[in-house]
Amino acid sequence: MSEREIMEYDVIVVGAGPAGLSCAIRLKQKKPDLMVAVIEKGAEVGAHILSGAVIEPEPLDALLPGWRDDPPPICIPVERDEIWLLRAEGKRTRLPTPPQQRNHGNVIVSLGAMCGWLAQKAEALEVDIFPGYAAADIRYTDEGVVGGVIIGDMGVDREGQPKDTYMQGIEIHAPVTIISEGVRGHLAKRLIRQYDLAKDCDPQTYGIGMKELWRVQPGKSRPGLVQHTTGWPLDSKIYGGSFIYHLDKDRIAIGFVCGLDYEDPEFTPFEAFQQMKHHPMVKDLLEGGQILSSGARAISEGGFQSLPKCEMPGALLIGDSAGTLNVPKIKGVHQAMRCGMLAADHLAETGAPEGFDAKLRESAVVKELHKVRNIRPAFYKGFWRGFIRAAIETVTMGKLPFTTPVHADDTSLSKTADYKPPERHWVDRDLPPRDRLASVYFAATEHDEDQPVHLQITEPDVCTTRCTTEYNNPCTRFCPANVYEMVEEDGQQALQINAANCVHCKTCDIKDPYQVINWVTPEGGSGPTYQNM
Amino acid sequence: MKILVGIKRVVDYNVRVRVLPDGSGVDTDGVKMSVNPFDEIALEEALRLREAGKAEEVIVVSAGGDEVQQQLRTGLAMGADRAIQVKTDASLQPLTVARAFLQVVEKEGVELVILGKQAIDDDNSQTAQMMAALWGRPQATFASRVVLDGGKAAVTREVDAGLETIEIDLPAVISVDLRLNEPRFVKLPDIMKAKRKPLDVVPLDDLGVAVEGNLEIRHHAPPKPREKGIMVDDAAQLVAELKNRGLL
Repeated sequence: MSEREIMEYDVIVVGAGPAGLSCAIRLKQKKPDLMVAVIEKGAEVGAHILSGAVIEPEPLDALLPGWRDDPPPICIPVERDEIWLLRAEGKRTRLPTPPQQRNHGNVIVSLGAMCGWLAQKAEALEVDIFPGYAAADIRYTDEGVVGGVIIGDMGVDREGQPKDTYMQGIEIHAPVTIISEGVRGHLAKRLIRQYDLAKDCDPQTYGIGMKELWRVQPGKSRPGLVQHTTGWPLDSKIYGGSFIYHLDKDRIAIGFVCGLDYEDPEFTPFEAFQQMKHHPMVKDLLEGGQILSSGARAISEGGFQSLPKCEMPGALLIGDSAGTLNVPKIKGVHQAMRCGMLAADHLAETGAPEGFDAKLRESAVVKELHKVRNIRPAFYKGFWRGFIRAAIETVTMGKLPFTTPVHADDTSLSKTADYKPPERHWVDRDLPPRDRLASVYFAATEHDEDQPVHLQITEPDVCTTRCTTEYNNPCTRFCPANVYEMVEEDGQQALQINAANCVHCKTCDIKDPYQVINWVTPEGGSGPTYQNM
Repeated sequence: MKILVGIKRVVDYNVRVRVLPDGSGVDTDGVKMSVNPFDEIALEEALRLREAGKAEEVIVVSAGGDEVQQQLRTGLAMGADRAIQVKTDASLQPLTVARAFLQVVEKEGVELVILGKQAIDDDNSQTAQMMAALWGRPQATFASRVVLDGGKAAVTREVDAGLETIEIDLPAVISVDLRLNEPRFVKLPDIMKAKRKPLDVVPLDDLGVAVEGNLEIRHHAPPKPREKGIMVDDAAQLVAELKNRGLL
């Protein structure tokens, strides 16, 4: 292979999400002469962004004063909060709204549309944004420090051989690389391991979020209404709940989040989401409507205890690549944006990554995480004990002198022989989508099938032997896009990977109990094409 | 020789297209827009002809508002030498586009026009044919192979009966089909280079072309959803069911 072509920048940002774009914008505001580029694996900015999203606007005020006169495409002030405890057989109880979830002054946005809007602001400041190009690898300098990224080759067939359209990926050289890939980024995963960045923190823990955008029958949506539910269809041992955000133009964003530390090997998060939609409170809202878009994405839930060291030679981790989401608030966007701006301020001041981690830990970002650090782990002992502990932590504002450790997700599954699932009172359902394949259709996900499978199984034997007997292949259930299927091949069970269905949520990389699934980026421009998600 | 390639901005082929509730059109809010895939194939062919020394310059042209500059820049990044935006905010029908492109052809002294066989939004497949007729020059539609030799082009066409190869005199209009080639990926540094390539904006009025509307679109409606099927036990029941519905 020939030498790769090289482009040089002062700062290269990996991932055009709220953290990366805020960082790029702030850098150019402070140092207009810096050459800043953002690369994004989605075919356009926002195509791989999936979030609720109710956001706190304070970081937007700080980054783009006057943004209210030119708001993002979907931006609806929150008018009212409701929290419901759902129970089986269609029952429900209204719960008081905890202070973290009061949304007065916040706005409901489509984070995908907002990132497209932020990208325009960045381009106006002469940030070069390259959607459709995936950072496949880290580029190291001769001194062995991070010095940019290597863009993935395009036009490679399933066996790794170049096709007629083969195009070698280029190297982007930069003294500073900002890793803002979002939750469980594949480069962040490698860097955390290589530089041992997680040696002083607890393991990261995650949730899976699934979302659908609906157009409902006229009059059913009440713009500005923010509803959250907990309880049914989950049993009290699984942490999770739903959100229902009422947008304009008869649109409703509905989603479901559950902790990936669940024990039940037979549990299917996608099915739980679909069940929730059949509670009468939700079903009445959706009936007669149509789905506009759907998708899924992992969420980092470890917070303060799981925050790795966020700097290494030549690079920074920001936003959810680090894991700055505030779980009790169910909000990460304001944290990601603040983190991105903080990184930009630090770089504008010092020009190098060193010292960022200490600044981050002194900042409002980590103070906010510290205050709520014991709330998510409180739910390890079930919903009601968690509920009470959460109330105590909230009242004391996190000042109690202890920190509950966070546990990992990949070790939480019980073996099928040892687990008896509780009665969940699930119902027959008739709202679309019928199944995961029908749901993937609304994610408009696309991968050229003639490319290397981007879900690498490091020990394929495990799948058909130990995993089948011990856990009954949970990948066939936790994946929300039906990527993993057990099929019969020549009279033997085999794992079939439908990589083209993948919506890049990263759940498999996280939840697989043997940690043999490694998610790497496919060809740039592949993956979901979310609209207003 | 100069080659002109038409580029249309369309809803991306991966997008699930939805009709607006009031039937006034399709929903393009937050929807990804791209170069019409057939136009990418047309451009790829033009670039290959230039690289083979059969042409000196490849010009991409698009008619529409300033948003089409995004697709023209994609064309420039793929390798076109320069771009022309025929600027108008009106919604255009194929005949107007054909007239506008023809004006560009005459102004620029273009000898070969390569267009996609159709756009994936309205599927009209009319612009190339209308353009050739207005120009009074030969046309070769649905090309799956193009060979230029001197002042002639041998074009293999995909037709209902199979493949047909015809020879036409240049100047001419060729419309391209899916199997002609596989468009190249855009190299990242070429996106930067494309920002510096010339993109001329010519108002539609300046070309002396009026916006014509020979077609009136009354209403948009999605196809009826498929009705739920039933499982039948045997052929007799199938026949009975079909009879029941008056289908037999």
